[in-house]
Amino acid sequence: MIAYVIRRVFQSFVVLLVVGLVAFSMFRFVGDPIDNMLGQERTQADVERLRTTLGLDQPFPVQYAKFLANAAQGNFGVSYRQGRPVATIISERAPATLELALVSGTLALVVGIGLGVFTAIRRNGVASNVIMTTSLIGVSLPTFLIGILLIYVFSVSLGWLPSFGRGETTQIGGWSTGFLTASGLKALILPSITLGLYQMTLIMRLVRSEMLEVLRQDYIRFARARGLRERSVNFRHALKNTMVPVITVVGLQLGAIIAFAIITETVFQWPGVGLLFINAIQFVDIPVMAAYLMLISVMFVGINLIVDLLYFAIDPRLRIDGRHA
Amino acid sequence: MSDAAHEPSRLAKMLDSDFAYKFRTSPVAMVSTAVTLLLVLAAIFAPLIAPLDPFNPASLNLMNGFTPPSTPNQFTGESFLLGTDDQGRDVYSTILYGMRISLFVGFAAVAFAMVLGISLGLIAGYVGGWTETIIMRIADVQLTFPSILVAMLITGVAKGFTPVEYRDSMAIIVLIVAIGLSDWVQFARVVRGSTLVEKNKEYVQAARLIGRSPFTIMLKHILPNVLSPVLVIATISLALAIIAEATLSFLGVGAPPTQPSLGTLIRIGQGYLYSGEWWILFFPAVTLLALALAVNLLGDWLRDALNPKLR
Amino acid sequence: MSQPVLSVRDLIVEIPTRHGLLKPVDGVSYDISPGEILGVVGESGAGKSMTGNAVIGLLDRPARIASGGIYLNGERIDNLSLAQLRRYRGKQIGMVFQDPLTSLNPLLPIGDQLTETIQEHLGVSGGEAHNRAVAALDEVGIPAAKERIGSYPHEFSGGMRQRVVIALALCAEPSLLIADEPTTALDVSVQAQITSLLKRLCRERGMAVMLVTHDMGVIAETADRVAVMYAGKLAELGPVREVITSPRHPYTDGLMGSTPLASKGKRRLHQIPGNMPRLGQLPDGCAFHPRCPYTQDRCKADPGPRLKTCDGRAACWFPLDGAQAAKGVA
Repeated sequence: MIAYVIRRVFQSFVVLLVVGLVAFSMFRFVGDPIDNMLGQERTQADVERLRTTLGLDQPFPVQYAKFLANAAQGNFGVSYRQGRPVATIISERAPATLELALVSGTLALVVGIGLGVFTAIRRNGVASNVIMTTSLIGVSLPTFLIGILLIYVFSVSLGWLPSFGRGETTQIGGWSTGFLTASGLKALILPSITLGLYQMTLIMRLVRSEMLEVLRQDYIRFARARGLRERSVNFRHALKNTMVPVITVVGLQLGAIIAFAIITETVFQWPGVGLLFINAIQFVDIPVMAAYLMLISVMFVGINLIVDLLYFAIDPRLRIDGRHA
Repeated sequence: MSDAAHEPSRLAKMLDSDFAYKFRTSPVAMVSTAVTLLLVLAAIFAPLIAPLDPFNPASLNLMNGFTPPSTPNQFTGESFLLGTDDQGRDVYSTILYGMRISLFVGFAAVAFAMVLGISLGLIAGYVGGWTETIIMRIADVQLTFPSILVAMLITGVAKGFTPVEYRDSMAIIVLIVAIGLSDWVQFARVVRGSTLVEKNKEYVQAARLIGRSPFTIMLKHILPNVLSPVLVIATISLALAIIAEATLSFLGVGAPPTQPSLGTLIRIGQGYLYSGEWWILFFPAVTLLALALAVNLLGDWLRDALNPKLR
Repeated sequence: MSQPVLSVRDLIVEIPTRHGLLKPVDGVSYDISPGEILGVVGESGAGKSMTGNAVIGLLDRPARIASGGIYLNGERIDNLSLAQLRRYRGKQIGMVFQDPLTSLNPLLPIGDQLTETIQEHLGVSGGEAHNRAVAALDEVGIPAAKERIGSYPHEFSGGMRQRVVIALALCAEPSLLIADEPTTALDVSVQAQITSLLKRLCRERGMAVMLVTHDMGVIAETADRVAVMYAGKLAELGPVREVITSPRHPYTDGLMGSTPLASKGKRRLHQIPGNMPRLGQLPDGCAFHPRCPYTQDRCKADPGPRLKTCDGRAACWFPLDGAQAAKGVA
């Protein structure tokens, strides 16, 4: 098992190195950093000085190593557009995205698993069929349309909830939170539903199909034949076995929430990292793009690793042979 | 005549097959096919159907701006079926032209992903060794990222490489490449899987023994065996590509306002959500919805009907 | 004779389909007494497993009990609600399935699966349940039961797992055990261990056992009486020795002719021509008549007589006598 963990950590590391190379190549070759940083009025001496300060006169591998070392310390350079360190900008924006992702992730997980289990147990019920049909439409809807629809109904028509921004935020240390004010909480509602809905339907459909599969298994029949209560059969025996295959996808879906936050943040003008990234693409702000790529890769690779390790916690069969079944 | 009675034509055979039966008995399949066909035809013949050419400045009259649907304009007295936008463009016409771009990008991106994925999948499965490892590793890494994010990144990088003055004119091609590159993995995985199975069958061994080139073997013997899962993935991919295109355009990194797709139109329309000009947003949104839903349901149904073992 | 543990009377299980009603179990009656093993034998699809599932109320929809009665220790149980029936499962009726590899929840230690069953039915404390779990494992011959109780199913061999399954089925001390092909998935060497374990537990506990199998050899070694099923009906019912040495129903005779049995000495094996008909395509008259070497006109028109009790023995219009049977089909 330890060998397996080491191998997985090593693999994750390689992936990060490759992504780092992509980010660095973007940084180095897309457009000329010197052009981007110096204005029109510049002397050859300015250019040379900046080349040396930026280390652009050194061999490629050295530059790459330096880039990685800087990135590891959270130093991603200076935004072309805002002229401020990327790390500072991102750390200002991160709380907004993380709070949004946390709320919608929880929503997607709790409601998704709940509805999945419900529709699997009440397989032929009317409510299950209604939920399943609705979810098929939900999967087909583009996220931004859901957001616009919610804004139209709850902001424009009913005027109940705000359609953009975070509302009032409270500063706690370096973290600005919207959880502590009524307007902050209200502002969270529509964006988190928009962001969570797609993941929720996916998780629900997956949990349902896996659970139906598990409920057909012999050990479930055997548990029934032993006279265990339905509750115990469904939740103690079936649900745990359902979770083994579900965990991978759920883990990845939660990661995807951060990525899909880009869309939601644009619809609701939510001042998070996603909106920052989309603006960076629009204005070709390479350092911001590169930093975002690096951060999100670390996150995805980290989630993948955690998901793999979680298997060990939940499935005893893997603890023995240390390989995927 | 008697021959025809004994030997049913190819069309008759097709209509008699299980597949056709499943199709005829499924309302979902019929409706979604009809809607898809209708929209695709409308897009193809947009120049013939559309009352106005929204990209011809000569036909535009700013006075016509913000005309509500099917009501005469207060200044010019002209009436438009679905109203006009801020610049006086006929919404109905912009939707037809916009759908053209959405569908073109969707089809082209899927075709690109398909060709790339099938080739890489065939090569990985047939050649094996290091080639396979590298291709499939890239696929695995790419699969850990949501494809819309990959498409955004590629768009961003491509933008960086394109000089500012060409950015708008290149935007459509960038979109196709970005969406295509974000979507090849599924094709490659399925094709590689089938290739690994077919490669060791006796007829392929035999073809190799009589000296057929690997290229011929891949194309003539292995490829036909993977067509039905590829068809299913392509249909589902088409729905995803249309949504991806709309999303990118909505975010402002896709089709430019000079060549608006449905996503761009929705982006423009969102600005008038509060001021009461609901039609500028509503009609493009409904069209996109119908298109995405129809293609998605069709893909879903196709997967169940053909039931190839995906994954 | 004491009251039977299980009485099945004229049981009919039906499955509604587009092509009409199928009857996988059609008018089956039998009793099992305490300490007795009844073997139920037949080809797959003959309705033998379905009978067992009907008794414990685990019929998969849309199959359902259409008529007849099931009595456990004199109480009628076929008309109970699911919640009421649940109290009988495990507590009064234990069940063992075919494949020990899939019968145990792979994610729970076997001890947990035992204690949850014990606590559910016996209402004892956690510590007491643990002790009983160890005892149950001990009883079925798991070595070092105390240490192995925390082990997961995959840490046991197939035979050991089937012992665990039996311990689970019996841990709440039911008076009836339904064993559905308990040895089929096991190695031959392990099969004998499991059958002798079942036999021992049956004698020691005075428990009634319904042993469902397609293996006449297992029946011959284990069962006291045997019920032979064909196409949903009982073909023959009687003491094992008699049925084996002088079958009365031509189907049983054919079955014996095709099974190598030590008690019958060296002889040629025969096979019954044809296949058992599918449920939707049963012939008129006796279901076995198209394959029967002794068919007469009556067999084609008139369904065979129904077995009411043990006395009738064979559900055949023209049962074989000893002499005919000895000659065999040839």
